[in-house]
Amino acid sequence: MRFSVFLKTMILKPQLQDLKNIGYYSGKIIIGISLTMLVPMVIGLLFAEINPALDFLIAAEIALLISLILTKLCFTEKDLNWMQGMVVVSLSWLAAMLLAAIPLYLSGHWGSYLDACFDTMSGFTTTGLTLVQDLDHISYAHNLWRHFTPFLGGQGIIIIAISLFMKGRSGAFKMYVGEARDERLLPNVIHTSRFIWLMSITYLILSTLVLGIIGIAIGMKPVNAFFHGACIFMAAFDTAGFAPQSQNILYYHSLVIEVITIVIMLLGAMNFNLHYRIWTGDRREMWKNIETRTLCITVLLTFLIVIIGLNQVGSYPRALIMFRKGFYQLISGHTTTGFMTIYARQFIDEWGNLALLGLICAMALGGGACSTAGGIKMLRIGVIAEALKQDVKRIILPERAVVEQRMHHLKEIYLEDKQVRASLLITISYLVLYGIGTLMGMFYGYSFLDSLFESTSAAANVGLSCGITVPSMPAGLKLTYIVQMWAGRLEFMSVFTLIGFFIAAIKGK
Amino acid sequence: MKSAIILIFFCGAICYAHQISSIELINNAREYDGKNVVYVGEAVGDVMTRGDFAWVNINDGENAIGVWLSKELAGEIKFTGSYHAQGDHLEITGVFRRNCIQHGGDMDIHAQGIRKISPGRIVSDELDTSKRNFVFIFLAILCLVLIFVRRQRSR
Repeated sequence: MRFSVFLKTMILKPQLQDLKNIGYYSGKIIIGISLTMLVPMVIGLLFAEINPALDFLIAAEIALLISLILTKLCFTEKDLNWMQGMVVVSLSWLAAMLLAAIPLYLSGHWGSYLDACFDTMSGFTTTGLTLVQDLDHISYAHNLWRHFTPFLGGQGIIIIAISLFMKGRSGAFKMYVGEARDERLLPNVIHTSRFIWLMSITYLILSTLVLGIIGIAIGMKPVNAFFHGACIFMAAFDTAGFAPQSQNILYYHSLVIEVITIVIMLLGAMNFNLHYRIWTGDRREMWKNIETRTLCITVLLTFLIVIIGLNQVGSYPRALIMFRKGFYQLISGHTTTGFMTIYARQFIDEWGNLALLGLICAMALGGGACSTAGGIKMLRIGVIAEALKQDVKRIILPERAVVEQRMHHLKEIYLEDKQVRASLLITISYLVLYGIGTLMGMFYGYSFLDSLFESTSAAANVGLSCGITVPSMPAGLKLTYIVQMWAGRLEFMSVFTLIGFFIAAIKGK
Repeated sequence: MKSAIILIFFCGAICYAHQISSIELINNAREYDGKNVVYVGEAVGDVMTRGDFAWVNINDGENAIGVWLSKELAGEIKFTGSYHAQGDHLEITGVFRRNCIQHGGDMDIHAQGIRKISPGRIVSDELDTSKRNFVFIFLAILCLVLIFVRRQRSR
């Protein structure tokens, strides 16, 4: 049967009720986005930044207008089904990108609206690749917004809406899952969302205080120290990699800042469930969990590759310096943060192919599932490794032997084929996504390794750059990376559903 | 005699150094490693004092590079670039380090001298009237839509 015939016979054309549900819930989420813009607006007013405050007021008004029209035209009291929930999620992320880009574009620090969209998608997806120009002269309001987008996107744009506007509907859970969060901390998804926000805000306050005090100690003005502290926390915990100044973390020239950001990056790459267990006193889970164990092993292995590679090239004069630079970039890459203490060009000129490959592997693997990190995720790598172990046992042991593989993730789990299948499918999807971006990079004339590095960084929501991501890069490549960041963050399912929805609208019965 | 020799050596070093952009330095870091360079740019962010020395980041329009200088030299910097200010435009003369051993492998310049090419200034944030007008236009539309929605609900 041809694919088109299959589509025509199998796919139902979306009905008016589908569109109403999608429109109504998307409108609700856009209200949340418009309200968040009031935060940088207030900051702008506090710092006497009149025009930046107006930028945010204009954007908030436009967002509110769209949300009012959508919620009015599409008003419904019906709950979402799975397809609608997934479509709402993927569309809301696109709407968030387009609306959040308005104040950035109005600031004049982005060369085009596409560049501003690139940065907001990069922010919401906690990637950290940026096309901003003259960052060192940007307003506090715009700079805060740059760092606020990962804070919103990392915890989840949908989670904001669920926390604020949803009242115990099953549709909330469908949207929660659509945002690549299939694990609940608490039985109720609304309580889960609220806990995630409570935890994040607590960490935000504590870290801002600590980073602010350190900032003053290293010679920064108090206002800047606390502002940078808040921004750096949001970028580190949400594994985004934006920084308030153009030199990223290199700006501070401080080992203490590097150490603290490593700790925050690791916290950000941890499963929210693990945070919950630690918060509720179950610290042993941290060491028993398959994700923690897998992360330790992959960090060790990839760091070994990086160190051997750096040693081969001999770029760093002392072992301690090689360790400091190598380890920082590796943790930044592995947790999919993207903080840098070297210049982008140094990856190409001074790291050598082997060290770069080690870093690319770390970026591709990513952080914990149900965290703010991107990439394939430690849980899936752990599941695949356990499945491999099980298959090897099956070969070695007698044919009649019953081989069961157990692993610990929050509880003891017996490995099932459906888990392995799901993990492998998502892993393959990521690998294909990394490959597509690499091909596009090469199509535009960049070398294989440079293209692979940047593509993996975009699709795994990392943000490290070897120098391809600059305002002058081709528009086609900007669009490619936007799609990669979006699909990578949502872990494909809701993106596939959106594509299916459009195909059904055109070809369905 | 000793100080005269140092002075001659220092002047000679300055004479042989030539002005280099950040892109040139970053892209050819091995070539310039340990050499005297002249780097021109705007002081941005904070002047971060560390004991008798200070860090200041100098942006030449493409990239910013960290400059390590004595507290006295840092004292000459009055304005640093931000949203509200244009920083002092400085000419830095010093030794470029690709992976500075003293500073944990950072790429930096150890300044021997600075010259203020042009002083910085406060930049005033004047109201953009077109933005203000857009705010009012959208506010008016928003109010109209809200009134329409309320009327529909009351029916």
